[in-house]
Order: sequence, then C-alpha cells, then structure tokens
Amino acid sequence: MKHWAIWLPLALFGLLFAVFASGLIAPGDRTIASQMIGKPLPDFDLPQAVPDRPALARADFTGGKPKLLNVFASWCVPCIAEAPVLAQLARAGVEIDGVAIRDRTPDVQQFLARHGNPYTRIGRDDVSKIQFDLGSSGVPETFVINGKGIITYQHIGEIRADQVPMILQKLKEAQ
Amino acid sequence: MIAEIALAILWLAAALAVLQLGLGSYALTARGAEFLRAVRPIAVVQGLLVATAFALLIVLFLRTDLSVKLVAANSHSLKPLIYKIAGAWGNHEGSMLLWVTVMGLAGGFVALLERRLNERTMVATLAGQAFVSLGFYAFMLFSSNPFERLNPAPVEGNGLNPLLQDPGLAFHPPTLYIGYVGLSIAFSFAVGALITRDVGPAFARAMRPWVMGAWIFLTLGITAGSWWAYYELGWGGWWFWDPVENASLMPWLAATALLHSVSVLATRGALKAWTVMLAVVAFSMSMVGTFLVRSGILTSVHAFAVDPERGSFILTLLAIYIGGALALFGLRASTVTEGARFHLFSREGSLVMNNVLLVGILGIVLMGTLYPLVTEAFGTKVSVGPPYFNPVSAIFVFPMLVIMAAGPLMRWRQDNGRKLANLLAVPALVAAATLALAVVFAGDIGVLPLLGLVFAAGLAVASLLPLWKRNLRRTPAHIWGMVIAHFGIAVALAGMASESAFNTERLVASEIGQSHTVGPWTIELQGVRPIAGANWTALEARLVARYGDSNVQTVLNPQARMFASPPTATSEAALLTRWNGQLYAVLGEEGDDGRWQLRLWWKPFVPLIWYGGLLIGLGGVLSLVGRTARDLRRKGEPELEPTSEPAAPRPASGGQEALA
Repeated sequence: MKHWAIWLPLALFGLLFAVFASGLIAPGDRTIASQMIGKPLPDFDLPQAVPDRPALARADFTGGKPKLLNVFASWCVPCIAEAPVLAQLARAGVEIDGVAIRDRTPDVQQFLARHGNPYTRIGRDDVSKIQFDLGSSGVPETFVINGKGIITYQHIGEIRADQVPMILQKLKEAQ
Repeated sequence: MIAEIALAILWLAAALAVLQLGLGSYALTARGAEFLRAVRPIAVVQGLLVATAFALLIVLFLRTDLSVKLVAANSHSLKPLIYKIAGAWGNHEGSMLLWVTVMGLAGGFVALLERRLNERTMVATLAGQAFVSLGFYAFMLFSSNPFERLNPAPVEGNGLNPLLQDPGLAFHPPTLYIGYVGLSIAFSFAVGALITRDVGPAFARAMRPWVMGAWIFLTLGITAGSWWAYYELGWGGWWFWDPVENASLMPWLAATALLHSVSVLATRGALKAWTVMLAVVAFSMSMVGTFLVRSGILTSVHAFAVDPERGSFILTLLAIYIGGALALFGLRASTVTEGARFHLFSREGSLVMNNVLLVGILGIVLMGTLYPLVTEAFGTKVSVGPPYFNPVSAIFVFPMLVIMAAGPLMRWRQDNGRKLANLLAVPALVAAATLALAVVFAGDIGVLPLLGLVFAAGLAVASLLPLWKRNLRRTPAHIWGMVIAHFGIAVALAGMASESAFNTERLVASEIGQSHTVGPWTIELQGVRPIAGANWTALEARLVARYGDSNVQTVLNPQARMFASPPTATSEAALLTRWNGQLYAVLGEEGDDGRWQLRLWWKPFVPLIWYGGLLIGLGGVLSLVGRTARDLRRKGEPELEPTSEPAAPRPASGGQEALA
C-alpha cells in the first residue's frame, strides 16, 4: 500500500467531521431572506406540467391580485407533508400557482392525484432555471407575489399547518 | 426505590468499564501480563449489570411510575402493555441506555464465548469495547440520566408518539439498534488486532460470527422499518431516501462488504488491511447514523428525538473513536503483512469487486445524504431525492448483481472463464427471456424497473447454481445460507421493480354505496362508522373488495385514527395481500358534500420486497449457525480454513466450499 494512501481514510473522516461540525455550529439558517424580496419576478414562460392545468408565465402574476407561487416536485418528501396545508389555503380562497422542478408529467399527475391539486396553473421547470432566478434553492418553497408581480415574501421549506394564518397575513399585506 | 437502585447499578457498570479499560491496557504492557485473565470476568459482570439497569427501566415503564421524569414524558397509564415496554426505548435517554446495554452484552458474550483468539488480542478488544462504552456511559450519566425523578409527580403521563404505537415499530428500533451497536464489537476486534499486530485468519474467524449477528439484525431491522413506513405513514411508498433511512442503510452496506471480506481473510488470509478498515467504517456509519438522527442537522420526516446539544456530544465521541481508530490504522497499517496473493479472475477477485461496488454505493448514499448539509454551509438549501439516488446507485447496483451471480461459482486463487461461461448461460437466457416478455407485454415501464425485473430473474436462477450437482443433504449450512441470502436479494429486487413498474392507484371522492375499480379489483364503500380502541378513537370505513369476476367478497377497514394523548391523527391503511400483490386502501377526509376521500392502490408483487428481506436475514442465520457449529467441532485449528479445493484442475462436479 502506498504510504500516503494509509492516511486517506483519516483525511476523509476529517472532511466529514468538518461538514458535521459546520452543520452544528451554524445550524440550518432556516430564515435566509431571498435577495429577491421587494424585486419584480424575473421573466419566465414555462410549459404546461399537466394537461388539466394551464401553463405558467410571468404575466400571470400581474393581474392585480396577490398570489402564492409554490415551487414543488413529485419526488420531494416535505412536499407531501405540505400538500394538505396548500389544500387548506386553496379552500380559503388563495390562488396558488405551482412550478414543478425537474419532474415528468406522469409523476406530477400521480403526485397530484395522490396528494391533491391546489394549483390553478402549473409550469414545468426541467433545469431549475426559474428556481435559480427566484433565489430559491430548495424544494418546497413558496413566494408571495403581489398583484404587480413583485415578490413580497419568501417561505423556505414546507408551510406547516400552524403557519397558515401567517401566510394569509402576508397575502393581505401584499394587497 | 427502583429508579435509585437502577441508577446505582448503572454507575457501578460504568466503574467496571473504567476498570476493564484500565486493567486491560495495563495487562498488555510487559509487566501486566498477570492481569490478562482478570479482564474477561469484568466484561461479563459489566454486561450483566448494565442489562439489569435496562430491565429495571422497563419495570418502571410497566408500572407507569410517573415520578420518573422519563416515564412521565413518554408513557401513559392507559397505554397497551406492549407500548409501555416499547416506551422504555422510544426516547433519547432510554435508547442511549439500550445502546450501552447492547455494547455491554456484546462485550460480555465475546468474553464468555470467544476462545480461539490470542488472549492478548482478546484483552485489547475488550478494552477497546469498554473505551467506546465509556463515552456513552458518560453521556448518559452526566447529561441524559434515564432515571431522573420528577417532583411533584404528574397525575398522568404524556404518552408515546402515536406514529410509534405500532407492533412493528415497537421492535423495529431495538432490532436496528442491536445491529448498529453490534458492529461496535467488529470495531473493537479491529482496534484490538491493530494494537497487538495480530490481523490474520484467526482474528477474522473470531470476528465473523459477531459481524454476521449484527448484520442479521440490521437486515431485519431495515426490512421491518421499510414495512412500517409503508403501511403506517399511509403514503404507499416503501423507501423514501430519507436521511434516517439512509442512516440505517449505510451501516448495512458497510457490514455487507465486511461480511464478505472477513470471509476472504478467514479462508485465504488475504485482504487484511481492507477488512480492518471496513470494520472501522461499519461502526463509523452506525455512529454517523446516530449522529444524523439525534442532532437534527438534516431535515427528515422521521425526526423524533432531535437536539443539537446531543449532536455535539455524539460528534465528539465520533471524533475520538473513529478519528482515533483511523489514526491507529494509519500508524499500524504498514506493519500488517501482505496477505496471500490471488488472480483478479477468481473468487477473491469477485469478492474484492463486490466490496468496491458496495463501498461505492455507500459513498453515493453518504454524499446524497450530506450534500444538503454541504451546500447549506455555503448558504444554499437543496433537497436531494430519488432522481439522484435511484439512477446513480443503479450504476453500481447492476454490475454488483452480475458479480453476485458469478462470484460464488468461481474458484479461489484463479479460475478460467470457460466453465463459468457455461454455468452462467442458463441465468443469462432466463434474463433475456424476461426482457423479451417484459418488452412485449408490459409496455413502457421505465428503464430502471425493466432492468430490475431482468436482473432479478437472472440472479434468482444464478443464485441457486452453487447447489448444482451437489449432494443437497451434505451441503454445509453456510452454503445454503449464501444461496438463500442471494436468492433473497433477487426476490426483493423483483418486488421493488414490480412496485414501480405495475403500480396502479386511484384517488376518489366516494359516496356511500359507490364502487370503484383499481387494477383488477372492484371496491365498494359501504359505510363509515366511529369506533374506539384502547387509547384512540377512529373513523373506520367498510370497503368490500372483489377480485376480477370472482364473487368472493373481502372486507377492508381503513381507519383515520385520533389519539388522545398526545393529540395526534394517524391514518391506518388497510392491506389485503394476495399471492400476486397487495391492495392498499387509505381513508381520507370527508368533503363538504358528504363524500369520502379514498386512496386505493393495487401493487402487484410488492410483498416480495419484505419476503426478500426476510430471506436475506434467514440466509444470514443459517450461515451463522452452520459456521458456529463447524467451528465448535473443529478444535485443532489450521491456520487457514480448508477450501476443499485441490490445487490442480478437477472435474466440474467438485463441491465448492465457499463463503456466505
């Protein structure tokens, strides 16, 4: 065995340790504010994700009414947990538009059939382009967009049931 | 009183662990040889004491002694008996006690039973085991005492997370834990052998049954956990690549690799440094898994016991033990003598390839699990899901399946390809036929499920070939074990592939009396009524299912359950298992129009996943029993195990004395 190779496992472990320690010391900054808050939505025009919902473009957010833009994926486990909460918001009269990230139409259809479909429109983002443009890095994520196409709030991670009033408040503020 | 006595016993056990480490280390020096004999009894007593403390904790839970803080926080007088017992380990403090109990018992059993190993290596191993235990004793006694009192005692306890109130789950954590922590013994053996520079076949033979035992428990624990997620979470999936699931898979992958390399070392005296390395890696993965679950640094659907402070503690232990062992490895690996040489095209060669691929999969799972953590350090958050894990691990899994099919048919040292090619022609034909059938009849089912079905069919046949032309009654148990375990992999793979290929599902809003079809089934919703259980109430649907044109009716009762303490809703799926698949029904909410949400799945052959898991475990048990019986019979030990293989070429009908 080469002499330096003997120490390779220890070096790899050191790397692992550094990752863990950094994770503990800077515990998940779960409140990063997007650089995009207060700025207009970037321009986009996404293809349809499923046949029974229209496609999604930037122009859909300038109709005067505040909306939610939800970034999701059929392969994302927290999105499953979020689904009933989105349904609850939809029942409360909130219009939710979705972007399915790196997904396939049959998978999205299956996801919606299984967990409910709260979306008015769903666009498909196969290369995470919109995700980057939005300053969003994970799935799920939800943005409050006011009626003029300006991002007023970003919610990282799934919306939990107890956060529904807060989201409704953010929507009201956006008016 | 019980709690105080138990705490005293726990302190005593910790003190004995100190003694075990101190005396063991001293005994290894030139002057301390007379103390060598004292270490085994100390290890046995330490194991007994810590097991007693754990038994007393269970007694406290059985009595629902609410003056004990842990009981008040995790139990409830109305809980059914089995969950009172399970409550003892369904929390952080109790599971830490279970951790040291398993470590203590494993050390005690090794001290009692293992007589083949050089005594100095044995003592070094036991000292190592005590050293690892001590970290956890300290953690428990100084910061998470399971026997802490609560004054005043509450009138009633908090109850146990209802998701965990399930017979499968009551025994899933301890099974997995025995596996996780059982690997500590492999770790201690490796450290002991490095200290005394005694890495050789005798060391491998001593370590093998313990690795096998831990591996069996891991296999069964993962199988049970996947089954629990499948029917308790009500999502109809059986594996989510969740960090906690990955945390249990990684030690299994490392232990599987270790299991195979330890056999090469025992049989052929090769792969010395590699085997020691794997033993360290396997237990590291157990600790990394524990760290990930407890520290909460990754977001997981199963985060039940999260606390960053505990995370720092476990991380410190991880640094001391794993860092220390790897440093020791670095210092000593050059003194480990080179083992027997072999040709790449041989049994050993195939086992090395298998090891490399298993470690590759381990690396992929580890990277996928930790990637969100790494990017988070740079301010970006991502979620890594099946689109990464499935295809990327498949790159390694499919070649591994080929080697799994061929390896057991190859000879030690060197083989030539012709005989192997003849033998493998049959499974290759079966795989090709499956491919043709699937393409013609199944249509577009996706590449991975298709490959899964094809490889499963080929492997199922190939895994049985080691029995070809053997006298079945005289075939050693460990050969049967290997054949059954490999066959189990094929069975599980067939279940997984079939689940993703042929699954059909319906989500309906149903009126009472309405019928729905899913796959070959017709299902009528006949009514929904409230019922009450021991500590829950539920809405229960009555579904009547008919298969195809048959008139036989079967009743299914999915429930939406409400637990009172703590208040939580869970969904109890109803399952109907037939030889060719499983019907899976979940009751959802009632809509405003009085219609009920129903989710119905028909999952052809999905139970094969868990039957396969059980077969793999059974193979392990057979191999363990067979090997142990054999070892007990063979007193005068040769340095290497006989392979019953003549050095010269021999007729094709010769038996293969192989590894499992």
